[in-house]
Amino acid sequence: MSGIFAKRRARLLAMKAIRDNYVPGDQLVACPKCGGESQRKDVAGNLSVCPLCGYHFPIGAYYRLSTILDPGSFRELNGKLPAADPLSFPGYREKQRLAQRKTGLTEAAVTATGTIGGRKCVTGVLDSRFLMGSMSAAVGEKITLAIEYAAKNKLPLILFSASGGARMQEGILSLMQMAKTSAALARFSDKGLLYISVLTDPTTGGVTASFASLGDIILAEPGALIGFAGPRVIQQTIGETLPEGFQRAEYQEEHGFVDAVVPRGELRETLERLLRLHEKGGRA
Amino acid sequence: MSSLTAAERVAVARHPQRPNITDIIGALFTDFFEQKGDRLCREDPAILGGVALYHGRPVTVIGTRKGKTAEESIRCNFGMPGPEGYRKALRLMKQAEKFRRPVFTFIDTSGAYPGLEAEARGQGEAIARNLMEMSRLTIPVIAVITGEGNSGGALALGVANRVLMLENAVYAILSPEGFASILWRDAGRHEEACGLMKLTAPDLLALGIVDDVVPEPEGGAHLAPEAAFRALDRALDRHLAALLKESGGSLASGRYQKFRKMGAAPKEEP
Repeated sequence: MSGIFAKRRARLLAMKAIRDNYVPGDQLVACPKCGGESQRKDVAGNLSVCPLCGYHFPIGAYYRLSTILDPGSFRELNGKLPAADPLSFPGYREKQRLAQRKTGLTEAAVTATGTIGGRKCVTGVLDSRFLMGSMSAAVGEKITLAIEYAAKNKLPLILFSASGGARMQEGILSLMQMAKTSAALARFSDKGLLYISVLTDPTTGGVTASFASLGDIILAEPGALIGFAGPRVIQQTIGETLPEGFQRAEYQEEHGFVDAVVPRGELRETLERLLRLHEKGGRA
Repeated sequence: MSSLTAAERVAVARHPQRPNITDIIGALFTDFFEQKGDRLCREDPAILGGVALYHGRPVTVIGTRKGKTAEESIRCNFGMPGPEGYRKALRLMKQAEKFRRPVFTFIDTSGAYPGLEAEARGQGEAIARNLMEMSRLTIPVIAVITGEGNSGGALALGVANRVLMLENAVYAILSPEGFASILWRDAGRHEEACGLMKLTAPDLLALGIVDDVVPEPEGGAHLAPEAAFRALDRALDRHLAALLKESGGSLASGRYQKFRKMGAAPKEEP
């Protein structure tokens, strides 16, 4: 790989990642879990994890990629795929524009190729700052194209989920993305290729009920909310208070739906190890 | 076709006397043998399934079950399945594939049950698994939305070669009440939501989400069920005959392509 282009790509991702550093607060950052205050630079330097209690702040897609991929290996896939408005829903285009301006993203998913410890892979990240990382047609399409790209090039696939569920304004087309992404994963899996799903806070609704739950290996960040129905809806339905820790990553691990809860600081190393363990897994 | 508004169709789709899965099996199939249980945990009465004859041919029939009496409704959890129901459905579909039987699914549900135990046993995983496995079945699969088809809980039985809708059925990401509540924090605006959601059969036919609309008698299927069943039978027979001409591989790839196209960006070569 040509050194000058790799350096340029590394710089580009680093610049985008800085924009994604959105831990709220000025000099001092208050942790929403423990309430403790830390210096912003201490939180940012700790992968946006509270140095006091280990709370994982949500992070943006490019920042996530910069913490996982080898420097200079990032190459975005379908970065220009446009946001859609398939139902011509009133006010939706304006909502998309506001989210785009706020995040610098075109849609809630970023997909890319890159290397981790020198091993090439395809990765996708949902960004919860963009309309709650909800599943739009563009998100479903980007994820599907990434799965298809990985299948075609016989590469392992890593998807990071963070989603409030369906994109209301895209109605039934949002729903159909669940079938589309799951079907693409069936074809990918039939080729004997590895898919690692990483669940981050929050992973709910249609994303949980499709690609996020279909990993050969499923990892989760500590404390991440993971479920199909949201806790508020469940509480309204059953009329009881939900138990402490319900639907959190540790609860899902205990109930058999997560292979391992992995702190953000160990994620890159864990992924590298899993890629190494599956090195000869792909059939021709 | 009649000219009901979207909100009126929602009311017809939810009518308590609307033909349900038990009525449909009684009218269109013979020798139905119910198969219970997911072989893992329990039997979920919110989904009814089994093997039956359709015009003399063995088929697998699966459908969400809403009760008609209060007692029956409670027993089948008002047609809201848990993960066990979806896993039972998948078990029956895989079995249909083993015995090379076509699968019919009939969908009428306000959604997957949002409950504590359903979550603890992996509601999301069960739905995801069905979507994935249905996409690669090598047998004909025909799904019919007969009443309400809401959310992933409906789609989990809906990854089919042909998706049909009864004329007054509705198919959507969630109920109009839920939609209004999430989008505007006001469930009272559900009628307005109905108008925007594109949830009626004609809308979904135009969007390419469903393949065929089965006409209903004036005012809805509950007013003249026999006529509704005749129309449904004609549609099922026609679509099944076409699918039976295809090979297993072609059925799976045809189904894949059908869903692959939904919400795809205008084609630009990489």
